[in-house]
Amino acid sequence: MSVVPISWYLVLSAILFGLGAVAVVFKRNIITIFMSIELMLNAVNLAFVAFARAHGQLDGLVFVFFVIVVAAAEAAVGLAIVIMLAQNRESLNVERVNLLKL
Amino acid sequence: MFLLNHLWIILALPLAGAAINGLFGKRWSQPAVNTVAVGSVTLAFLAVAELIREFSQLAADQIPHVGAYFTWMIAGPFRVDFALQVDQLTVVMLCVVSFVGMLIHIYSTGYMAHEGGYYRFFCYLNLFMFFMLTLVMGANLIVMFVGWEGVGLCSYLLIGFWFLKKSAADAGKKAFIVTRIGDFGFTVGILLVFATFHSVAFGDIFKQAAGMPVDGPSQMGVLTVICLLLFTGAIGKSAQLPLYVWLPDAMEGPTPVSALIHAATMVTAGVYMVARMNPLFSRSPIAMLAVAIVGAVTALYAATIGLVQTDIKKVLAYSTVSQLGYMFLACGVGAYTAGIFHLMTHAFFKGLLFLAAGSVIHAMGGEQDMMKMGGLRKKIPVTYWTMLIGTLAIAGIPGFAGFFSKDEILEAAQSGPHANLVLWLMGVIAAGLTSFYMFRLVFLTFFGEPRYDEHHVHVHESPKSMTIPLMILAFLSIFGGWVAAPHFAGGVDYFERFLTPVFSAYSPVSDAISAAPAEAAAASPAMDLLHALTGVPVIVGILGLLLAWWFYIKSPETPKRLAQSVRGLYTLLLNKYYVDEIYAALIVRPLLWISTNVLWHVVDEGIIDGTVNGTARVLRESGGKLRELQSGNARSYATWVVIGAVGFTVILFGLMMGVAR
Repeated sequence: MSVVPISWYLVLSAILFGLGAVAVVFKRNIITIFMSIELMLNAVNLAFVAFARAHGQLDGLVFVFFVIVVAAAEAAVGLAIVIMLAQNRESLNVERVNLLKL
Repeated sequence: MFLLNHLWIILALPLAGAAINGLFGKRWSQPAVNTVAVGSVTLAFLAVAELIREFSQLAADQIPHVGAYFTWMIAGPFRVDFALQVDQLTVVMLCVVSFVGMLIHIYSTGYMAHEGGYYRFFCYLNLFMFFMLTLVMGANLIVMFVGWEGVGLCSYLLIGFWFLKKSAADAGKKAFIVTRIGDFGFTVGILLVFATFHSVAFGDIFKQAAGMPVDGPSQMGVLTVICLLLFTGAIGKSAQLPLYVWLPDAMEGPTPVSALIHAATMVTAGVYMVARMNPLFSRSPIAMLAVAIVGAVTALYAATIGLVQTDIKKVLAYSTVSQLGYMFLACGVGAYTAGIFHLMTHAFFKGLLFLAAGSVIHAMGGEQDMMKMGGLRKKIPVTYWTMLIGTLAIAGIPGFAGFFSKDEILEAAQSGPHANLVLWLMGVIAAGLTSFYMFRLVFLTFFGEPRYDEHHVHVHESPKSMTIPLMILAFLSIFGGWVAAPHFAGGVDYFERFLTPVFSAYSPVSDAISAAPAEAAAASPAMDLLHALTGVPVIVGILGLLLAWWFYIKSPETPKRLAQSVRGLYTLLLNKYYVDEIYAALIVRPLLWISTNVLWHVVDEGIIDGTVNGTARVLRESGGKLRELQSGNARSYATWVVIGAVGFTVILFGLMMGVAR
C-alpha cells in the first residue's frame, strides 16, 4: 500500500478552506458562519498535520493544539455573543447587526 | 544736551498718552482723560522748547544733529536705521506742530465735552501728534514715511470719528484711498532714491546729490523722475490738483480735527517733504516748474470754488487747498523759506479760523450753513474778533502774519531766481479771491440781520477752554509774521537767516550766484517798505475786502443778481466744477463695475471660491463613496478580508515566481 502524497492533503485542505471562506461571505445565519469558520480552522489544521507527517517533525502538531485551544475559546465567546444576539434581536441574521458602524 | 541725546522722548510722550487713553480711557472720567491727553502734549511742547534751547547752543557743523537708535531693517545693501534728526527746518516744524497741537488739544476739551467716544477722540489725537512728530523728525525717508502713513491713518480715523454717520465714514475712506494714490508715487520715489543713492538717509542722499549735475531745462534725468514721484506723494497728502478732492469731504470730522490735521499740520506734510528734499528739487528745473504750476493752479482753482460755498467749514477747506497751493508755488519758484514761512503763519491763522468756525458752530448748536447765521457779532464777541483777525491775516492785510508770508511768496514768483510772471499773476488773482471769500464768510456770519430762528437757537459764547486758544492763535496771527518784518524795511529776515543752512547747504551753484545780487539790490529800505505796502497783493487784498463789503453789507441783492446773470458759471462753481462727478464717472464707477462684475463675481466667487469649494466637494463626494464600505455589515467586511487575502496571496505567488525564475 503506497503512501498518500502530501499534495492530496493540501488540495483537500484548500478545498475545505475555500468552502469555509465562501460560506462566511455568503451565509446570513450567524451559526452557519460560525461553523464555516470552524471549517476553515480545521482545514488549516489538516495542512499542519500533513506537513508535520511529511517532514517528520512535531512543530506542526504543536500548532494544531494551539489552534484547537483558540477555537475552543472562540467557540465559548462566540456562542455567548450569538445567545445575546438571539435574545436582543430575536434573529440570527448578521445583516441586522450593523449598529457598530459610525 | 539731555534732550538732544534723547530725541525719542518727544515722540514717546504723545505715544504714551495715546496708549494710556486708548487702554484705560474708556472707564475714566473726562477730567482724567483730559489730564493724560493735554498733559502729554503739553509735556511734548515743553520738551520741544527745551530742545530748541539746546539746539541753539550747537555749532553750525553739528547741524543736522542725528540720533540713531537701532538698526531697523537690513536686507542686502538695504539698511535702515531708526534715526531722528534735528535741523533748522525740523525746529520750525516742531514748534508749529507741538504748539498748535497743544492749543487744539485744549480747545477740544471744550468742544468735544458733550460727545460720545471722548477718550477715543483724544487717543487718536495723541496718536496723530506722535506720527506727525515722527514725520518731521525722521532722519531718513523710511522713518518719515512711517510718520507720513501714520498721520494718514489718524486722519482717516478722525474724519470718520462719527462713524455711524454714513457721509463721515465715506469721507474717511475717500481721504484714505485718494491719498493712497499719491503715496504709491511716493513709495516708488523712495525706491528710486535707494536705487540711485544706495541709501535712504537724508545726509547720504544730499551729499551725493550735491555732486550731481543740474538737469537741463527739459531733461528728464533720474533726479527729475525722483522729484516728480515724490511730488506725487505731496500732491495727495497736501490736497493739490488733481488729488485735492478728499480735503473738502474731510470736514465731516470734528472741527478741532479739521483745524489740526486738515489745516495746520498734516496737509502741510507735502510742503515739508518738498522743502526737505530741496537738494534734489533744486537740481531739476522740470520738477520745480511742475511744483510751481500745480501750486499756482491749485491756489487759483480752489479759491474760485471757495467763492460760492455756503458751508462755513467748506469755505475754509477750499481756502486751505488754495493756501497749500501758495506754499507749493513758493517751493516751485525756489523760495523754500517763504513756503515754510507761509506754512507756519498759515498754521496759526487757519488753525485760528477753523477753531473760530468751530466756536460759531458750537454757538449755533451745530449749524454750519452761513445762510442761516448772520448778526452774531454782538453775541459771540470773542469769536468774532479772533475770527476777524484770522481773516485779516489770510487776506494779506499789512501788519498781519499772512501779509508777510504771502508777500514773500509773490515777490519770489515775480523776481526770484525761478520767477514766472504767469504764475505770479495767478497767485495775485487768488489772493484777491481769498480776501473776497473770507470777508464774505465774516460778513455773512457776523453782520447783517440774524437769519436763524432766534427762539430756538440759543446763541452762546464758548467756554474758556475754547476761547483762550483762540486768543493765543489770534495773537500769533498778528505777530507770528513779524520775525520776517525787518526784511520789509530792508533789514535782515530772521526767519530766512535761520533756515538758510537747510536750503543752501546743498543747493546748486547757479542759485547761489543769482541770489547774491538780489540782496545787494535791497539798497533803499524806505522805498522797499513803501513798495511792499502798496504792492499789488495788498491792493487786490483790499479790493477783495471792499467787494465783499459791497456784496454782503451795502447791497445784499447784488450777489443774487450776479448769480442770475452768470448762471452757468455760478452753477459750475457751486458744483465744484463737477470734479467729484467726473471722477465718479471716469474712475470710481468703472472701478466698482470691474470690482463687482469681474473681480468679485468671476475671480473671487468663480475662480478662488470655485477652487476651494471644488476641492472640498471632490473630497466630500469621494469620502461619501468610501464611507459606504463601512456598512457595519460583518459579511461585507468578511468579503473584503477574503478579497484582500486572495489578492495578497496572488501578489506573493507572483513575487515567488519572479524570484524562482
